[in-house]
Amino acid sequence: MPEKIDYDDKIPNNVNLSGDRRLQRALEGWQPKFLDWWGEMGPTLRTNGVYLRTAVAVGRDGWAHFDHVNVPDYRWGIFLAERDADRRIGFGEHAGEPVWQQVPGEYRADLQRLIVIQGDTEPASVEQQKLLGLTAPSLYDLRNLFQVNVEEGRHLWAMVYLLHAYFGKEGRDEAEGLLLRNSGSPDAPRILGAFNEETADWLAFYMFTYFTDRDGKYQLGTLKESAFDPLSRTCEFMLKEEAHHMFVGTTGVDRVVTRSAQLVRENDTLEIGACGGIPLDVIQKYINFHFTVSLDLFGGETSTNAANYYTAGLKGRWQEGRRKDDHRLTEGGTVLEKPTADGTWTTDEVQTLLALNLDLRGEYIADCRTGVKRWNRILEENGIGFRFSLPHPGFNRAVGLNAGFRVTPDGTIVDEATWAANRRKWLPTTEDLAFVRSLMHPVYERGRIASWVAPPVNGVNDKPFDYEYVYLP
Amino acid sequence: MEVSFDRHPDSYRHWKLRVDGPVAWLEMDVDEQGGLVPGYELKLNSYDLGVDIELHDATQRLRFEHPGVRTVVLTSAKPGVFCAGANIRMLAASSHPWKVNFCKFTNETRNGMEDATEHSGQAYLAAVNGTCAGGGYELALACDRIVLVDDGSSTVALPEVPLLGVLPGTGGLTRLVDKRRVRKDRADVFATRSDGVKGKTAVEWRLVDELAPRRGFTEAVAARAAELAESGTRPRDAVGVELTPLRRKATADGIEYTHVTAAFDRSAGTVAITVRGPREGAPSSVAALHEQGASGWLLASARELDDLILRLRTNETELGTWLIRTDGDPELVLAHERVVLENAATDWLCNEVLHLWKRTLKRLDVTSRSLVALVEPGGCFAGVLLELALAADRQYMLDGPPVDDEDSPERASVTLSRANFGPFPMGNGLTRLRSRFYRDEDHVDRLARESDRPLSAAEADGLGLVTEAPDDLDWDDEIRLVVEGRAALSPDSLTGMEANHRFVGPETVETKIFGRLAAWQNWIFTRPNASGPDGALRRYGTGRKAVFDRNRV
Repeated sequence: MPEKIDYDDKIPNNVNLSGDRRLQRALEGWQPKFLDWWGEMGPTLRTNGVYLRTAVAVGRDGWAHFDHVNVPDYRWGIFLAERDADRRIGFGEHAGEPVWQQVPGEYRADLQRLIVIQGDTEPASVEQQKLLGLTAPSLYDLRNLFQVNVEEGRHLWAMVYLLHAYFGKEGRDEAEGLLLRNSGSPDAPRILGAFNEETADWLAFYMFTYFTDRDGKYQLGTLKESAFDPLSRTCEFMLKEEAHHMFVGTTGVDRVVTRSAQLVRENDTLEIGACGGIPLDVIQKYINFHFTVSLDLFGGETSTNAANYYTAGLKGRWQEGRRKDDHRLTEGGTVLEKPTADGTWTTDEVQTLLALNLDLRGEYIADCRTGVKRWNRILEENGIGFRFSLPHPGFNRAVGLNAGFRVTPDGTIVDEATWAANRRKWLPTTEDLAFVRSLMHPVYERGRIASWVAPPVNGVNDKPFDYEYVYLP
Repeated sequence: MEVSFDRHPDSYRHWKLRVDGPVAWLEMDVDEQGGLVPGYELKLNSYDLGVDIELHDATQRLRFEHPGVRTVVLTSAKPGVFCAGANIRMLAASSHPWKVNFCKFTNETRNGMEDATEHSGQAYLAAVNGTCAGGGYELALACDRIVLVDDGSSTVALPEVPLLGVLPGTGGLTRLVDKRRVRKDRADVFATRSDGVKGKTAVEWRLVDELAPRRGFTEAVAARAAELAESGTRPRDAVGVELTPLRRKATADGIEYTHVTAAFDRSAGTVAITVRGPREGAPSSVAALHEQGASGWLLASARELDDLILRLRTNETELGTWLIRTDGDPELVLAHERVVLENAATDWLCNEVLHLWKRTLKRLDVTSRSLVALVEPGGCFAGVLLELALAADRQYMLDGPPVDDEDSPERASVTLSRANFGPFPMGNGLTRLRSRFYRDEDHVDRLARESDRPLSAAEADGLGLVTEAPDDLDWDDEIRLVVEGRAALSPDSLTGMEANHRFVGPETVETKIFGRLAAWQNWIFTRPNASGPDGALRRYGTGRKAVFDRNRV
């Protein structure tokens, strides 16, 4: 007889895993495949233990349990935020009705699709970041990379749990599909384009965790409003962890800017490449790229699917509860800026219900501005005149109204020749990328850090910067 | 707006046609801003009538201009998207007659692809390289073989029922169970789930024939296409016949071609169509026929008639009765048709001309207009042209001299030939004569014995080939009464009645598509559950859910 797996021990959870035979059976099939995937597609760097936070319960004490962990033995848990027995649907045509504890047959395909798309992004970023451990600028950063990776792994678990628990055989097939598609794979790529780009260097990693994971935050925020309560509760808990990823991104870019500013001041020149720093205009080009690729993840400005999901109660707006309207959006319009072939901008009024992607994108852009403000404050404190900015949302877009147009970062519509002549000023060039990559050397000694980035202000969990966050072989 | 069906590959907006030896690549690359009518964007390779007119043009040219092509790869030039089907906003904004006519034309084009596969040795291969939904999958279904990219996410789907509250309108349901023999329970599951089926399941359910990996997809398709081409029957070194632009003069009162004329009588609601027979002798050989190319009488007259039918259906919906006449020498008609009938088995062009006539006559069979053939002195209802009369709902033959020349010895005649006994089957698989005399094989045999000689009005009447044979004194009044009486009846009931009477006998995929599927679809289109203000079709794209009347009818 095979040894009985103690799921509560292996997989910390608050979904009564040990009492649910159907779920156990599903996870028995899936977990070995997940571990194979992690071994093959997860971080390349081998370690003897990483100082990681593990969620062992959802409460205040449970969600942040710190210890050195051998990564393959990480306890990927399944947690849903506490259930609110009185929760009601907050929007759409079912507004006011009790939320659903089971998937309504009518919405099965749509819900499954939403979960699969969300789930597909989680392992994708682990794949994209697979090689980064080999060039970490410090043990502190290395530890953060692992933390982000295991949490993406846990988010995958969370989506797989939903597929297994609520979507039957098809859900199990789709859960397996999440491991079969791989980032950048020529045969079976990830569903969304941005998740097939390699995260090639650490500046890109900070940018990714700032801009692209922030898209994830906003998507999770809309799913948190879902009438399907298990999805809502799952996403609510995931948002807590997503906040840490944002933190890695925000402080990561902070630290690069701080270091660059310091080098500019010390050498009295913006040309700091020679002294091992990343020039501010290269950072700006990274911002331009990662911001706009992330905007593509919001989909077209107008979307029938998003409207259908809203009406059905599957996916709400960011902070739906705080919006002061009828939460049905059957009336009312939203103004949309559109590029035209003659090189001018025009406006179009569309039904608000059809412009939900635009609404979410607007919230996201406002949030991104706070980061730029932060980074500019660092420049200001260092007495440097250079300022970062977010490019126009029409810049460098492959999805939506602006796809097919050439728009400069300041929002001018230009022809192909002008675009080609200036592209190098706006987006990272091959040389820029090669230069940044040339700075990427691993620094694995305690308390030391690479030349191009400043040390963090605080360590993890009140530990000092020179703490041995990662045990290396 | 007047719709024209003239297209040329040099100016396609939505397709790219590339011929590479025995394989042609027909790539769909729909221009979002290229809708035939303003008000919708053709996103994700969705199509409207304009896109389909180009497809039709391409399929015709492949048969005539590229005789060496044995495999046509139908694929998409857009990454990750094969075809999202008919554009929903276009459908939602279209009038009912426009939708019905659009579906009919798209059906005919897809049937034409199957016809090319079956009768021209030009097999269609669908290379589904991304999302393939609704009409997109129906387009693939019309191909001989379907290869689906195995990327873990691309699906084939028929989401019309769950998303739009209508049916897949271009043969999807029929081809699923009839052509591909998908089990009905699986077809039921498939056609009620909006997200479709992918990968191994799609193969297992017979929704597609095979999978090919994303990497090297084009190469895998090319290899399969080359393999199919190996077994093709088309000649290797043949020179094609260019389908030159039709000469056509269109005015408010009619359309004039070289061999075909249509005169409109708007107050009577009629079109007087005259097909003129050849004025010169038949080409002396197959080589001479090739030499004539697109100007050869049989090919030119078929193209003109085809174009006329399409234009009248689309642009002249109020002209409900078509009066069909011929004008010319029956002997010359028979001489011309003899060249292609005798050489169709060995010469690709003869074969193509025959099949073009077959398809054109089939168009007539499914046209929602009352068709009346008028057989008068000076006409040439012989052989292939007699099929025009047999396709009509009624045939009137003048028994006497021409109305305006009572001293003339000239009399009306009809002539049967082998053309009436096989080469031009209707959609039900039967000839028009066997449909007319359904399950009366003895009579059809007797008619065969009366072939190849002019039959007088009395003889034709006696043989059951005409409805009535009025004499010259009665003729004008008789025809006037018929036309006026017809014009007074409900156009809807006439369309339904005619479609029922025209197709006797067995069901085929074609008759099911134009009958069962189209009729149900057209009924559903007009129902409030689809087209009412709260119906699924009208609400699609608004983000609001349809409200259904739950009564099953």
